[in-house]
Amino acid sequence: MTDLETLDSADQGAIEDEDLAAIREGSLGSDAWRELRRRPLFWICITIIAVLLAMAAFPQLFTSLDPEAQDQRNGLMFPSREHWFGTDLFGRDVYANVIYGARVSIVIAFVVTTFCAIIALIFGSLAGYYGGWIDSIISRITDVWFAIPGVLGSIVMLQMFETRNIATLSLALIVFSWTTMLRLTRSAVLAVKHADYIDSARALGATDFRIIWRHILPNALTPLLVYMAIFFGVVIAAEATLTFIGVGLQKPSISWGLIISDSRARIQTHPYLLLFPGAILSMAVFAFILLGDLLRDAFDPRQR
Amino acid sequence: MATYIIRRLLQMIPVFIFATMLIFAMVFSLPGDPIRALAGERAQSESVRQALIEEYNLDDPLPVQYGKYAAGLLRGDFGANFRGRPVSDIIKQRLPITARLAAVAFVFEVFLGVLAGILAGVRQRGFFDSLVLVSTLTVISIPIFVLGFLAQVTFGLKLGWFPVAGIKQGWISYLLPGMVLGSVSLAYVARLTRSSLIDNLGADYVRTATAKGLTRGRVVGVHAMRNSLIPVVTYLGIDLGALLGGAIVTETVFNIPGLGGAVFDGVVRQEGTTVVGITTFIILVYMFTTLLVDILYAVLDPRIRYD
Repeated sequence: MTDLETLDSADQGAIEDEDLAAIREGSLGSDAWRELRRRPLFWICITIIAVLLAMAAFPQLFTSLDPEAQDQRNGLMFPSREHWFGTDLFGRDVYANVIYGARVSIVIAFVVTTFCAIIALIFGSLAGYYGGWIDSIISRITDVWFAIPGVLGSIVMLQMFETRNIATLSLALIVFSWTTMLRLTRSAVLAVKHADYIDSARALGATDFRIIWRHILPNALTPLLVYMAIFFGVVIAAEATLTFIGVGLQKPSISWGLIISDSRARIQTHPYLLLFPGAILSMAVFAFILLGDLLRDAFDPRQR
Repeated sequence: MATYIIRRLLQMIPVFIFATMLIFAMVFSLPGDPIRALAGERAQSESVRQALIEEYNLDDPLPVQYGKYAAGLLRGDFGANFRGRPVSDIIKQRLPITARLAAVAFVFEVFLGVLAGILAGVRQRGFFDSLVLVSTLTVISIPIFVLGFLAQVTFGLKLGWFPVAGIKQGWISYLLPGMVLGSVSLAYVARLTRSSLIDNLGADYVRTATAKGLTRGRVVGVHAMRNSLIPVVTYLGIDLGALLGGAIVTETVFNIPGLGGAVFDGVVRQEGTTVVGITTFIILVYMFTTLLVDILYAVLDPRIRYD
């Protein structure tokens, strides 16, 4: 066999292997999809999430009122036909504020989830695939960050910034929450690393990058995907919490955490100031956590 | 086992050093001049200022500052706040309060969580099972400060069953915040117990026990539960560590002067030494409970051997 022929057949082998992987992945994915499609809860989740995304992108669609327009004479009005969620002390419409508040929550949750996933994918697969000293270094660094309680770390870090905005808040959340995703990815990569199809891909001359990207990750992604959905909801809650205790976003930003913290002094006489924003915030978190649960059930073959 | 524990303890040393160093570096890069802030509106003489800088090593480069701090830690000295009060004193005063809150939360989540998990697990897809799944998910989704507010308004103000905030009225003042604090863990405990019980109920040894003619109560209560509780105990152990580290949000909402509140006050008032001291203590508690859980794991499950 000449060199050229070897190369050629290796290439063909790789393509076949790839096709097989695609079929495998497709069937697992389509099984999960069939499972999901039948569940009404899944459609409820998807609807809530779609509405939230629409609110974040086009708040004008949901309200014609300006969330910042003050009207002192109509302050602290109970919910009515004009003001569905009532008005706050300055006469601002709570409903409009809740609608406009969706944007920062969604943006921060998206940024934090994406960055954590990228960190986890790169370093988790390096640690899992290469093992040895690379794994030792990455794992020990992870241990160090894991030992610091997340909320506490984020609070201390946020206090370092003179002004706090979406970027600093996202940064503080990323810095103290990437560890779980990295550990998940690492162990998922470890679990498939020794499979026969990985050995055959390597025997056929695939590069390390190709093996990780095309063969290992598609089969190791499910736990990460499930966790990402749940994490998205957790970040929404975390943003509101940090903002609420005063180390997150500051006025004039519009955020669910700020609206709720404003309601604090008046919850006894005007409970609606807390109830509506609190309910919308919880519903957003609920939708993403439930989506994660449903995905886990659908991808877990033991459930069938 | 002994070698495993020693190895783990040795591994903990670098993790501890780097974790506290990280916090230290962040805290001492906080903006503002803490010494100046101490004097408030009054004028501060240059000599007093110098003495304070001297005392807290504020002129040294950060690594040297940390080195001096770490040397103090070895002697059990967590540093002092800028008014000269030892941080270990603050911890001694605040820890019992946090511990009481943690105790209420823990008892609440263990009893109700395990009970709900068992009732849901024995009849999978039954009414109670669905109820537990939906209600736990709801509790997990409500951020704890919203839950705290709701509890305050409903049970504190409207119904008047519990004190609204503070700890002036003894044990009863810990009940409501404790339950709020424990509610999320309760939901996780219930879900974990449920899924673990369902896994075990399908196992061969359970079928054998049933085939021997044992009652359902004995099969579930003795045979299946023993194995099902292993992951639950692990979770509870780690959670206890987190609870003892203080709950910043719950303590803020209910105005409870525990460790979490102390560390948060420290951050807001830029009392760097307080923040670092208490955080160091929290990290220590957290690391030791994690180690204990791993050891407990081996004791509970004879299939696991660390060698």
